[in-house]
Amino acid sequence: MARHRGRGIASINYPIGMNLGGDPSQALVHSNPSGKFTVSLSSIDLGQGMKSVTRQICAETLGVPVEDVYVDTADSDTGPHCMGSFASRGTHRVGNAVMAAAKEARGVMMEAAAEELEVNAADLETDGRGNIHVKGAPHRSISTKDVAIAAQFKQGKTISGRGIFLVPLSDVDPETGEMSPATCYAHACLVAEVEVDDETGDVAMIRMDSAYELGRALNPRLVEQQLVGGAWMGISHALYETTEPYYPVSSHGPRDFVEYLMPGPGDICPHDIAVLERPAADGPFGAKGPGEMCANPVLPAVANAIFNAVGVRIDKLPITPEKVLRAIKAQGGARPQPRR
Amino acid sequence: MLELRKDIFADERDDNLKEIGKGTQRQDMLGHVTGTSTYFDDHKLQGMLHLKVVRSVHSHARLRRIETTEAEQSQGVRRIIRGADVPRNLNTLLSLINFGKDDEPSLAVDKVRYKGEPIVAVVADSPREASEAMAKVRIEYEPLPTVFDVEDALKPGAPVVNETYPKNTFTYYEKYDHQKLRFGDVERGLAQADHVLEQRYQMSPIEHAPTETNGSIAAPDTNGRYTVYTSTQALFFSVDTCAKILDVPSNTFHFIGGTVGGGFGGKVDTITEPLCILAAMLTGRPVRYVLGREEEMQYGPPRGAERIYITDGVMRDGRIVARKVRAYFDSGAYTRLSSYAAVKCAAHLPGPYTIPNVYGDVYCVFTNRTPATAMRGFGVTAMDFAIECQMDKLAHIVGMDPMEFRILNAYRDGDMKAHRREAKNTALIECVQVAAEKAKWPLRDEFKRASSRQGGGGARAVVPAATREAHAPTVAAAQQRTVYDRAPATAPSREPPPPPPPRPQAPSHGAARFSSVFGTRRR
Repeated sequence: MARHRGRGIASINYPIGMNLGGDPSQALVHSNPSGKFTVSLSSIDLGQGMKSVTRQICAETLGVPVEDVYVDTADSDTGPHCMGSFASRGTHRVGNAVMAAAKEARGVMMEAAAEELEVNAADLETDGRGNIHVKGAPHRSISTKDVAIAAQFKQGKTISGRGIFLVPLSDVDPETGEMSPATCYAHACLVAEVEVDDETGDVAMIRMDSAYELGRALNPRLVEQQLVGGAWMGISHALYETTEPYYPVSSHGPRDFVEYLMPGPGDICPHDIAVLERPAADGPFGAKGPGEMCANPVLPAVANAIFNAVGVRIDKLPITPEKVLRAIKAQGGARPQPRR
Repeated sequence: MLELRKDIFADERDDNLKEIGKGTQRQDMLGHVTGTSTYFDDHKLQGMLHLKVVRSVHSHARLRRIETTEAEQSQGVRRIIRGADVPRNLNTLLSLINFGKDDEPSLAVDKVRYKGEPIVAVVADSPREASEAMAKVRIEYEPLPTVFDVEDALKPGAPVVNETYPKNTFTYYEKYDHQKLRFGDVERGLAQADHVLEQRYQMSPIEHAPTETNGSIAAPDTNGRYTVYTSTQALFFSVDTCAKILDVPSNTFHFIGGTVGGGFGGKVDTITEPLCILAAMLTGRPVRYVLGREEEMQYGPPRGAERIYITDGVMRDGRIVARKVRAYFDSGAYTRLSSYAAVKCAAHLPGPYTIPNVYGDVYCVFTNRTPATAMRGFGVTAMDFAIECQMDKLAHIVGMDPMEFRILNAYRDGDMKAHRREAKNTALIECVQVAAEKAKWPLRDEFKRASSRQGGGGARAVVPAATREAHAPTVAAAQQRTVYDRAPATAPSREPPPPPPPRPQAPSHGAARFSSVFGTRRR
């Protein structure tokens, strides 16, 4: 009786946005007279960081510090239409809408600044710290606050912008399935190392190494949060969770977190992540989005690692100790595969 | 923990940005960590009533009689709501984008189709009084035969779960009981293969398990409007769904959400808002309807379970020449969003690989269980599990390293995908290379040098002329067929398989990066 270590891999891609498109999102951006901007959305922040990502996109596009932007979400009276926070569409769809709105607002802001500085708007640039100055002449400068005051009280201009992003709905050929499902795809590869106890069938996670390609990591810490959390969800789906333990028999469904198995803190393992950025042609600053795909490679990588460790293939989830043990017994004991 | 590999694809990006790419702290961080962020259930309104639903105890039954007289007289009860009180008591979520037929009532009327289906709503002064009244609702059931297995549901004579779809399958394009994908001639590809591997994969249904369960609070506002605090993941989806079910203009509602305690796909279905608003309309009082944990786990929609059959044809040199897939999505008793996921699943075939012959049939099947819905990776997670387990088995059969096997078959820029669109902006190969590097997994030089930007297109960009339905061509004489992977113990080939198609030059992050890390290849 022994514990056996094994490694398994999986590589995947994932479509960004609703399949076939047809899922618009809108954004409104406006400045108050102090040069502070509000982004109005009806999109939802589920904890993934929608507010922060759209805030950074807006600040970058306007050319103002992120502190000068506040994102207001999910009010059907003030926020324009958004399809919703699902299908890995937030960063890509809503981000693009915010970018379009911020571009329009920036145009007005630069025109107002040009009028104050008595120059051509095309000769101006933002410094990202709250100032607008003549290119190559930083001393000929005006703060965004002073521009906002002038626009509101002197020039009678609204520093505001509207944005929408829509990938037009694709047809599907009923006979061949020809279609345009998505405009860009994220990618990943993950290596899982497990230890399998051939006496109990228990599978322990040892470590994970992964590479995720996401277009652009707009906020690397939010990306990390998604990838780390998503991998836990993948481990949980692979080894623990089910609402129907005897599926397709529907009995013995868990009713609370005592009966519903999930990994505890001691079941989690180190996860070393690399992020690659191949910008998407139509992503905001090239971004695609890490939202859903982060759990996907974990499930098969764990299953493949179990095979490498003890030589059994479990093709039915979740991979419980009972299933592993029965499979080991059926083949007459653990058959460790070549270490890799 | 997280390493940004800026060296890869550096020539495709402008990295001189000021705010983008920074790990700026979240705008809502302070509220979250101090417990002061406002969620829907933080609204304690004066005179607020509490709604609970009486759920079916049977998985499939005719409703003979619903008796609520005693419940109506129960202490604290303000209103009992039945199916007949719902203005439009039949809906399907994706009717908002004209996909599918209305098939699900807010409250069951003639029949229940899953255990836990709502039948009657009780609105009372307190949750306890609502619970006490629920126990006084008398329902007479006539149990009906049930079906829980997706393939049993397709057999002739199977119980009809949902009369809107009498064959227990969603109807695609008004004529098919499944979504098709056809690319090349899969039977010919399989016939020519050196080895054919046929396998079955079964997913499990799982719970989204959000910290905050589904719920909403609806309150009458002035001027005939209603303010609704909600945990929805899709604000206007929910607004429009409620407007349809309650048969009022959408601007009747002022929905407020935006900060949600975890969604993962389980808060798209608008399962509490319609009844909550209806109760506020009928009582003129604010009403709260929140699922308890048991309801969330068993009767709130789960990630459905898929069953997938894959038959692959592979050559001795590791090239996959055919992939044939049959997949069943277990939608439960109603459509919700599974019909959409099946199309997304077909689009995902054959995974991120270039395979000249691909064939897919994806079914959305009705069974007598809690309706399934979207969850993280919807339509794809299951297929990735099946495909990637299959890839590992294929690599084993041909005696190839599983990483190199994936690089060999990976899709590249310019390749034609099975849904007949050109692959662009691909990066699977680079992900495999970097993951190998991180895990100190040896790759041979030609695989370290491979690039998504090279070796694609050309012959790989062509849509095959023939798209054939199933037929029976002659099978290659030496072919091995494996139904269970352990059957023939194929010895790993002594000679390493030939490298993938030649590539003119090494990419920018080539061998130098890897050479310090890898030892010699073990075999």
